[in-house]
Amino acid sequence: MIVADKKPVEEIIEYLKDYKNILILGCNECVTVCEAGGQKEVQVLASALRMNALKEGKDVTIDEITLERQCDHEYLEEIRDVIDKYDAVVSLACGVGIQFTAEQYPSIMVYPGVNTCFMGATEKRGLWTERCQGCGQCILATTGSVCPVSRCAKRLFNGPCGGSTGGKCEINAEVDCAWQLIVDRMKALDKLDEYEKLCPIKDWSTDRAGGPRKVVREDVQQ
Amino acid sequence: MSLKTPSKLEKILSEGHLAVTSECGPPRGSDHEAITKKAEMIKNHVDAINITDNQTSVTRLCSLAACIRLKLMGLEPVLQMVTRDRNRIALQSDILGAASFDIHNILCLSGDHQSFGDCPQGQNVHDLDSMQLLQTVRYMRDEGKFLGGDEIKRPPKMFVGAAANPFADPFEIRVPRLAKKVAAGAEFIQTQCIYNLDKFEDWMKMVRDRGLHEKVYILAGLTPMKNVGMARYMKKRVPGMDVPDEIVERLAGTPKEKQAEEGINICIESIERLKEVEGVAGFHIMAIEWEEKVPEIVERAGLYPRPNVD
Repeated sequence: MIVADKKPVEEIIEYLKDYKNILILGCNECVTVCEAGGQKEVQVLASALRMNALKEGKDVTIDEITLERQCDHEYLEEIRDVIDKYDAVVSLACGVGIQFTAEQYPSIMVYPGVNTCFMGATEKRGLWTERCQGCGQCILATTGSVCPVSRCAKRLFNGPCGGSTGGKCEINAEVDCAWQLIVDRMKALDKLDEYEKLCPIKDWSTDRAGGPRKVVREDVQQ
Repeated sequence: MSLKTPSKLEKILSEGHLAVTSECGPPRGSDHEAITKKAEMIKNHVDAINITDNQTSVTRLCSLAACIRLKLMGLEPVLQMVTRDRNRIALQSDILGAASFDIHNILCLSGDHQSFGDCPQGQNVHDLDSMQLLQTVRYMRDEGKFLGGDEIKRPPKMFVGAAANPFADPFEIRVPRLAKKVAAGAEFIQTQCIYNLDKFEDWMKMVRDRGLHEKVYILAGLTPMKNVGMARYMKKRVPGMDVPDEIVERLAGTPKEKQAEEGINICIESIERLKEVEGVAGFHIMAIEWEEKVPEIVERAGLYPRPNVD
């Protein structure tokens, strides 16, 4: 899933200082799982903003809606009838949802309510970690299903570097060395001899470097 | 191994001499004398001088310009190049720039993470990794082509090196990793600073068991300790460094004013012992901001005078 983190409420207050009718728009997907932008977080943010308005003596209306998804036209249509009531939206969806909402409603300002961080997984409640950077050319088949692009601080394809110590990365003793994980896993799979295969120079044109990307599937288009 | 480049370092190693290299860190400013003065101190006692490339990710005068300064002094530079800061366009471009000044040695590295340096908020590039940079230099030299496939007019003639850390984890792939660097094109290796000689000798035995010492020249890396504080710092704080307790205790048991001398003694004793290790082709003496001690180390270790191969 896409993992996001809450933005400091002060930052959001600053965005909204000139608006009177505000919609806080949550999303039921990834940001709900990572507890940054679901219905619960919408309520918490809305309450904080109302309290702030009260404290500052401002007459502000703050409404709450949480959509099934903000990265889908179908669900975004659900606010078409009410959107004109507002002069600003704070979207608690990921960066994709924020932009898609803005694209759907070009005449209203849509502010980000979260910082979108990475594609990752829930290790336990309150701890989400990165697993994928969407490089567009998956090499997990050769690295024991551990991704060096997203998990090695230097994204080394032929690691580890000389800084791997006790299974940890040189940048931080709390970060696992991806190449230690790769070696451990290949050993467990009895494939450690494959370690010596040189990983060829990466084609980054399928990554961010190649410009905005798209996946086209004519076979499923209607 | 027949000569593939005009490199003096390659020639010395191919003739079977124990090579001696050292390194100079460029200044945090544009005063070229910071380089030339260091080089003057050591030039008669070493065969080649590495110039570090923004080591520990602290921004400095660039390695290439500093190498050109050495070249203008008639010395033999080893251009260190990290993949942290440049993509494949810039790397190939800088290799050609170095080749245009007849810089004949390159050391291919990935580089310390930028979080250690003065720009922790900067992006890192790592378009290639150190193995892929080795392959790139060899391809440019041996095939005379750019990575994109076009022909290079006057290709670089560089003796290609890599680093090896016998002490980093996981230990079981430390020799396979060297094999991989050799397969990628490394012709010489400069190792991480060696303090744990027993562990280094174990590593060298595994290197010999695979015959790698016959495929690549291994220069043992040494850094003299200035005092017990430096030993403790390197033991605890420097990733991938193995400083045994006895080194720390030996320095701690030495009066403060004699610790520097004791550090030099340890370094010389290490060289004497490592000379006997089959497959050690030379020494890379990294006297960090202590270049003036290199001549003494080289002389007392019986590595002076340096061979004349011109």
